[in-house]
Amino acid sequence: MSTSTTLEAPNSGTWDGGNEPLKASYGKLMMWFFLLSDAFTFGSFLIVYGLSRHKHLPYTGEADAFTFSTQWWPIPEKVFNAFPGFHGVDLPLAFVALMTMILILSSVTMVLSVEAGHRMDKEAVQKWLLWTILFGSIFLGCQAWEWSHFITGTEEGMLLADGTRVFGANLTINQYGPPLFADLFFFITGFHGTHVLSGVVLLIMIFINTVNGVYQKRGHYEMVEKVGLYWHFVDLVWVFVFTFFYLI
Amino acid sequence: MSSTDISIHKEVHHAHDEHDHHHDLNFFEKYIFSQDHKVIAKQFLFAGIFWGFVGGFLSILFRLQLGWPEATFSFLEPLLGKWVENGKLDPEFYLALVTMHGTIMVFFVLTAGLSGTFSNFLIPLQIGARDMASGFMNMLSFWIFFLSSIVMFASLFIETGPAGGGWTVYPPLSALPQAISGSGLGMTLWLVSMALFIVSQLLGGVNYITTVINLRTKGMSMTKLPLTIWAFFLTAILGLLSFPVLFSAALLLIFDRSFGTSFYLSDIFIAGEALSNTGGSPILFQHLFWFLGHPEVYIVILPTFGIVSEVIATNSRKPIFGYRAMIGSMLGISLLSFVVWAHHMFVTGMNPFLGSVFMFLTLIIAVPSAVKVFNWIATLWRGNIRFTSAMMFAVAFVSLFISGGLTGIILGNSSLDIQLHDTYFVIAHFHLVMGAAAFFGMFCGIYHWFPKMFGRMMDEKLGYVHFWLTFTAVYLVFMPMHYIGIAGFPRRYYSWTGFEAFNTFTDLNTFISLAAILGFTAQFIFLFNFIYSIFKGRRATENPWHSNTIEWTTPVNPGHGNWPGEIPTVYRWPYDYSKPGAAEDFIPQTVPFSQTQSSNLPQEKDFE
Repeated sequence: MSTSTTLEAPNSGTWDGGNEPLKASYGKLMMWFFLLSDAFTFGSFLIVYGLSRHKHLPYTGEADAFTFSTQWWPIPEKVFNAFPGFHGVDLPLAFVALMTMILILSSVTMVLSVEAGHRMDKEAVQKWLLWTILFGSIFLGCQAWEWSHFITGTEEGMLLADGTRVFGANLTINQYGPPLFADLFFFITGFHGTHVLSGVVLLIMIFINTVNGVYQKRGHYEMVEKVGLYWHFVDLVWVFVFTFFYLI
Repeated sequence: MSSTDISIHKEVHHAHDEHDHHHDLNFFEKYIFSQDHKVIAKQFLFAGIFWGFVGGFLSILFRLQLGWPEATFSFLEPLLGKWVENGKLDPEFYLALVTMHGTIMVFFVLTAGLSGTFSNFLIPLQIGARDMASGFMNMLSFWIFFLSSIVMFASLFIETGPAGGGWTVYPPLSALPQAISGSGLGMTLWLVSMALFIVSQLLGGVNYITTVINLRTKGMSMTKLPLTIWAFFLTAILGLLSFPVLFSAALLLIFDRSFGTSFYLSDIFIAGEALSNTGGSPILFQHLFWFLGHPEVYIVILPTFGIVSEVIATNSRKPIFGYRAMIGSMLGISLLSFVVWAHHMFVTGMNPFLGSVFMFLTLIIAVPSAVKVFNWIATLWRGNIRFTSAMMFAVAFVSLFISGGLTGIILGNSSLDIQLHDTYFVIAHFHLVMGAAAFFGMFCGIYHWFPKMFGRMMDEKLGYVHFWLTFTAVYLVFMPMHYIGIAGFPRRYYSWTGFEAFNTFTDLNTFISLAAILGFTAQFIFLFNFIYSIFKGRRATENPWHSNTIEWTTPVNPGHGNWPGEIPTVYRWPYDYSKPGAAEDFIPQTVPFSQTQSSNLPQEKDFE
C-alpha cells in the first residue's frame, strides 16, 4: 500500500497538483489576491462617492456665473485651478494633470526596473528603482501642496446665507460646496496617498536590499516584481480617483 | 543590513543542527509564536471555544431578562455591578448584551473559530502540503486576531459598556456617542477590534487560497479535492472580497464618529439640538454593511458544508452523492451571495422593483441549497451508517439546515418580509440555518478530527449526551420563536410586558429561556470531554474512522512538516467507500488503480 513502492505516475496536467498551475509563486499569488481585496476597498469608497454625489444637486447655471455654494456640487475645474507659482491664474486641472503624469511616469520606471531584474542587471534595477522612488515622492509632495491649498482656500471664500464667509476646507465645512465634497476628497485622496506612501516605503526597502545584493544572491528579483504589482495597482486606482474627482 | 543579519542567523542554525542532528524549537517557537499550521489551528480552536462560552453566556443573561421580565436579578449584581439597578437589568446594557452576543458568535466563533481552525488544520493535511504557503503570515493572522479579541473582550469591562447598536452597528445610532451609552467608547473599541479582525482575515484568506492553488501534492487535481477543501477555498474567496467592504464602511464610520464628517449623517436632532451634519445617508452604511454581511453568513456556513459532506460520506461508508453537483452548488451559492444583500433592507424604503430583483435572486439560492440537502440525504440513503458523535452532529446539521432554510424562503419574499422584518421569526430563521447549524458543523468537525489534532479520541458516550441535549435544546429554543415572531414580537426589545398583545407569550418565553439554559449547560459536557480527552482520552490509531483522505496517512501525532518521509501522491478521489469488489470498504486516495484491479470501474481500467 505504500506509495513509495509503486512506480505508477499520477496525472500531471496543469491542475493535477505538484506544480504551480498559474505559473506564479505563492508570494506573487498572495500579492494578486491582496490587490483584489484592496480593489474592493477602493471600489466601495468610489461607490460611496458616486452615491453621495448623486444625492446632491448639480450646478445647472452658466459656467461663467459659477459660484461656490452648499446648494450644489461644485464644478471640479473651478475648485482645482491653482498652480504653484501662478497665483491668481485660472489653470483648471493643470496641476493635477502634472501629478497624474508624474505617477504614470513612475509606473514606467517601475516596469523598467522589473525588466532589469529579469536580466539580473543590478545596476539598472537600482537606477530605475531610484527614479520610481523619486517620482513617487514628488507625487506625494504635489498632493501635500494640493491639500494645503485646498485647506487654505481662496481669498473670496464662500458667502454663507447668514452673511459670513467660509475660507478653505475642513471635515465639517468647506468653501467649495456641501460638506461631503471635502469629506470625500480628504478621505479618498488621503486613503490613496497612504497607499502611495506605503509603496514608497516598500520601494525604499527593496532598494536597500538591491544595493546590498540580497536579490542578486537569491538568484532572482521577484520581490521587485511583487512591489511592482502593488505600485501599478496604486497607479491604476489613481486613474479612477482622478476620473471621479476631477473629470466627471 | 538585514541581509547580513539573515545570513549570520542561518550559519548559527547550521552549526547547531550539525551538533545535535535535529532542530529544537524553544517553547515560544513551538506553542506560542508557532508557524506550524496545526498549532495555529489549535490556537484558533481554543480561542473559538473560549469566545463560544462568552457569547453563549451573554445570551443566557438576556434570556433571563426575556424569560422572567418581572423578576429581580439582584444575584447578578456581584457579576454585573451597576448594570443591575434595584434588581433590574439596565435596558441599555440589554442592548449591549445582544450586540456583543451577535458580534462574538458571528465573527469570533463562527468565522475565526471555525475557518481559522479547520482551514488551517485541514488544508495542508488534506491537499498534501508540508504547511501553509506562508507560515509567518499565518502566525500573524492568529496574533492579530488575538489582539482584536483582547480589544473586544476589554470593551466588555469598560464603564460605559460595550457597543450597543446591534451587531450590524447601523448609524446614526452607532455614530453618535450621545445617543446611547453603548455608542461611546464601547463602539470605538468595537470598530478598532473589527478593523484588526479584518486584517487577520485577509492574512489568513490569501494564505488559504494560495495554498490550495499552489501546494497540492502530485495527482491532487481540483476534482480530487475533498469537499472540505473546496468549501474552505470558496469561504476564503468570499472573505477576501467581502471583508474589505466592511473595512471601508467601518473606516467611514470611524471618521463620522471621531472626525466630524457626514458620510452617514444628515438632518439629525438629538436631545432637542440640531446637529450640523448634512448630506450623508445612513442607508449607504446598510448597503456597505450587507455587502459584507450577506457573504458573511456563507463564510459561516460554507466550511460546515464541507465538513459535513466529508463526515457523512465517511460514516455512511458511501461515496458522496453528486460530488460535482456539490462543488457546483457551492460555487453557485458563493456567486449568489454577492448579489442578494439588499434582502436585508426590504423595509428601508427601497424601490419596490429593486426589491423584487433582490427577492428573485435570493429565492434562487434555494436551488443550490436544496441540491446540497438532497445530496446529503442521498448519501445517507441505504448507507452502512456508523453513528459516531461526529456523524450525529452531521445528520442533525442537515436537519437544522432544512428547518432554518425553509423559513428563508418565506423571509426572502419582500412582501412577507414587511410583516416579519425584525421579529423573532427572523431570529429563529437565522439561528437555525446559520447559527445552530454552523455550531453543529463545528462540533462535527471537532469530534471527527480530534484524533488527528490531539492523537486521542473523544469520549463517545459523553459525545452522545452532549449531542442529544444540544439538539433537543436547539429545537426547543428556536421552534417556539417562530410563533412569537409571526405574532409580531420585535427583536431587540428589552421587555414586552408593556404591550397587551404580547402578554400571552410570557410562558413561551420562559420556556425558551429554560431550554436555552439547558443548551448552554450541555456545552460544559463538551468542554469537559474536550479537555479530558486531550490528556486522558483513549489513544487514537492513525486512521480511526477508516477514512480515505490523506490526512489520515500521517503519523498519529504529525510533526512539523506533516509527513516524516515523502509527501504521498494522490491517484483517486476521496470518496471510494464500499466500492464493489474492493477488499475493504475504503480505498485511500494514495492507492493507485493498479493495486485495486478487482474493484476498478470500466472507465478506470485505463489508469491501471
